[in-house]
Amino acid sequence: MSRILAVLYKEFLQMKRDKLTIGLIFMLPLVQLLLFGYAIQTEVKHIPTVVFDQSLSPESREITRAFTASGYFDVVAATGNYQQVTQLIDRGTVKVGIIFPPDYAKQVRSGDTAAIQVLVDATDSMVSNSAIATANSIGLLKSQQVLAEKVGQFKAPYDIRVRPWYNPDGITAYYMVPAILGIIVTMTMVMMTSMGIVRERERGTLEQLMVTPIKSYELMIGKIIPYIALGYLQITVALLVGAIVFDVPIRGSLLELYLLTLFFITASLGIGVLISNIAKNQMQAMQMSFFILLPSILLSGFMFPREAMPVFIKALSNIIPLTFYLTIIRGIVLKGIGFAYLVPQVTALLVFTVILMGISIMRFKKKIA
Amino acid sequence: MIFTETLTKKFSSITAVAGVSLQVQQGDIFGLVGPDGAGKTTLIRMLCGLITPDSGSITMVDNAASGESSASFGYMPQKFSLYGDLTVMENINFFGAMYGLNGTIINQRADEILQITNLFRFKQRFADNLSGGMKQKLALTCALLARPRLLVLDEPTFGVDPESRKEFWKILYQLNQEGMTILVSTPYMDEAELCKRVGFMNNGRLVVVDSPKNMKSRYPYRILEIKCASRQPEIFQGLPEILESNFYGDKYRLVVQEAKIAEAAVVEFLQGRDIPLYRLKETKPTMEDVFVALAEKEVVEWSMSSQPVN
Ligand SMILES: Nc1ncnc2c1ncn2[C@@H]1O[C@H](COP(=O)(O)OP(=O)(O)OP(=O)(O)O)[C@@H](O)[C@H]1O
Ligand SMILES: [Mg+2]
Repeated sequence: MSRILAVLYKEFLQMKRDKLTIGLIFMLPLVQLLLFGYAIQTEVKHIPTVVFDQSLSPESREITRAFTASGYFDVVAATGNYQQVTQLIDRGTVKVGIIFPPDYAKQVRSGDTAAIQVLVDATDSMVSNSAIATANSIGLLKSQQVLAEKVGQFKAPYDIRVRPWYNPDGITAYYMVPAILGIIVTMTMVMMTSMGIVRERERGTLEQLMVTPIKSYELMIGKIIPYIALGYLQITVALLVGAIVFDVPIRGSLLELYLLTLFFITASLGIGVLISNIAKNQMQAMQMSFFILLPSILLSGFMFPREAMPVFIKALSNIIPLTFYLTIIRGIVLKGIGFAYLVPQVTALLVFTVILMGISIMRFKKKIA
Repeated sequence: MIFTETLTKKFSSITAVAGVSLQVQQGDIFGLVGPDGAGKTTLIRMLCGLITPDSGSITMVDNAASGESSASFGYMPQKFSLYGDLTVMENINFFGAMYGLNGTIINQRADEILQITNLFRFKQRFADNLSGGMKQKLALTCALLARPRLLVLDEPTFGVDPESRKEFWKILYQLNQEGMTILVSTPYMDEAELCKRVGFMNNGRLVVVDSPKNMKSRYPYRILEIKCASRQPEIFQGLPEILESNFYGDKYRLVVQEAKIAEAAVVEFLQGRDIPLYRLKETKPTMEDVFVALAEKEVVEWSMSSQPVN
């Protein structure tokens, strides 16, 4: 026990003196969050818009006015055919196209649901998010107005359907903030830990340690605990920044979030320890960590929703711990669900932990060769 | 204290240590010498339990500590292996704790050892900022914290200035006088001379083990020292009577089979070229001469056939 404490204290001293690590530890969550948070915060107004009005009716003009009046859309062009709408969007001249069908006015008058098509250039997620949100609320507002006029009717008369292009799933930055926590934890647990352990071997200090009576598990525990603490510190910073600066609510239980995070931490540590077992030097450890990090970012659902992935890729994403943690953290933070709904994910992380740690323990002999 | 029997270790195609049977007696200062890649470090690592031998056995006994089969030992690896970003005292505290010592004992022993090693003033200095010699003394301090009965040092003075090397060896002698057994590897022949017994390793084999005195008396050749007007390093190369010639700035050292015949040949050679001869005398072989011969000549044959002369 006193040996573990001595290792802990030593790690603490070294961490404290390593300006780069300290910087990385706190800058990482801040920078990442600010980058994505900026996307949430920015309200994009005056989006250049083209209108293709096939209805040419008072009703269609009223909706167009509603769009411009909102301040979010500037109608910079009106056109007579669909092709030109897509051309203008492709060229980047406009970001949004509003299309009224020929029988639009007739539908409104007859009380049917009237669909307006709004094309959004979703390559710029800031613009598209804003456009989609505004278009939706205008549609909602207008239909409520009409609804109020014609009480008793079932269908909402206006149905503004938004079909974003290029980013058809409309990943919002809001959705990403909790996921960033997962990425940060992965980086700390996999990269920092593996490099920290490999450093001992590279500098020869492990050789000196091995002749002392310290047990390998004591050394491991002493080396790993500071990184777990760091991980939690980073999560706390990230959650605070998310909540205070960007109003990302934490709908579920904070305690549950911290507890379930531990399962992800242990699984990631498993990867980190395994890498430290294989890597010959810190450089290799870092490269291997990136090798793990990249598929974690791409396949876990952090960037692209898993629902849209090809079957094979989707199956592959099941061997990435982050995949399961994203469900957990998004579930708790955004949806407010609890452990009861997350049993499969927690189980998966537990399985990862057991398998990875098992391999490491089998490989880890108290040898330096 | 240490007994090994036909200890062998292979790294893929290289046999780093080949069938080494070694005995280090209690109270010894045992020097392990040999050229780069001879297998010294590998042998030492096996003795310390850091790598497992492919075959052979190691027995460590401490006669003084009755009943204990394995002796506690201090180890100083070849490469500096303390924490550069910790201070001298932090390193000492850390390794002391690794040996399960409490703070008071660590402080007390550190003060004691730091006095001996002359590091007392540098307690608060970062290990990275110490000179090479001081680093080695700090490593020695850490290795001594647990009061080991056996001290294993792998090239402890490599790359250290001559003054610090002398000081370091003074400390080793002091420790040895207090009863500590010392196993030390070194690339320096003047240090080999300081050992009580020396083992010469080459190509993974332990070729000869003897005291420096015996080794020198078993030396099968003669040494001539020559001062003459020539400054050409290679001048004596090619004379059939001379096995080897080295030039040391102002004098030549020649390794010869028969002193009288070679002397005559040298005199004749120099006269033939009108080079004035200032001095010619036979000198005693040094350990350096012994090891050059051991490393280059048919060493196995020599060590088998020659008899120790006392
Ligand atoms: N971990 C290893 N993997 C592969 N080969 C190794 C390993 N350690 C040592 N060797 C090889 O074994 C041989 C003996 O090496 P060793 O380090 O024991 O020699 P040494 O006598 O200590 O040399 P030096 O004076 O350079 O320290 C060398 O050829 C070396 O390349
Ligand atoms: Mg060596």
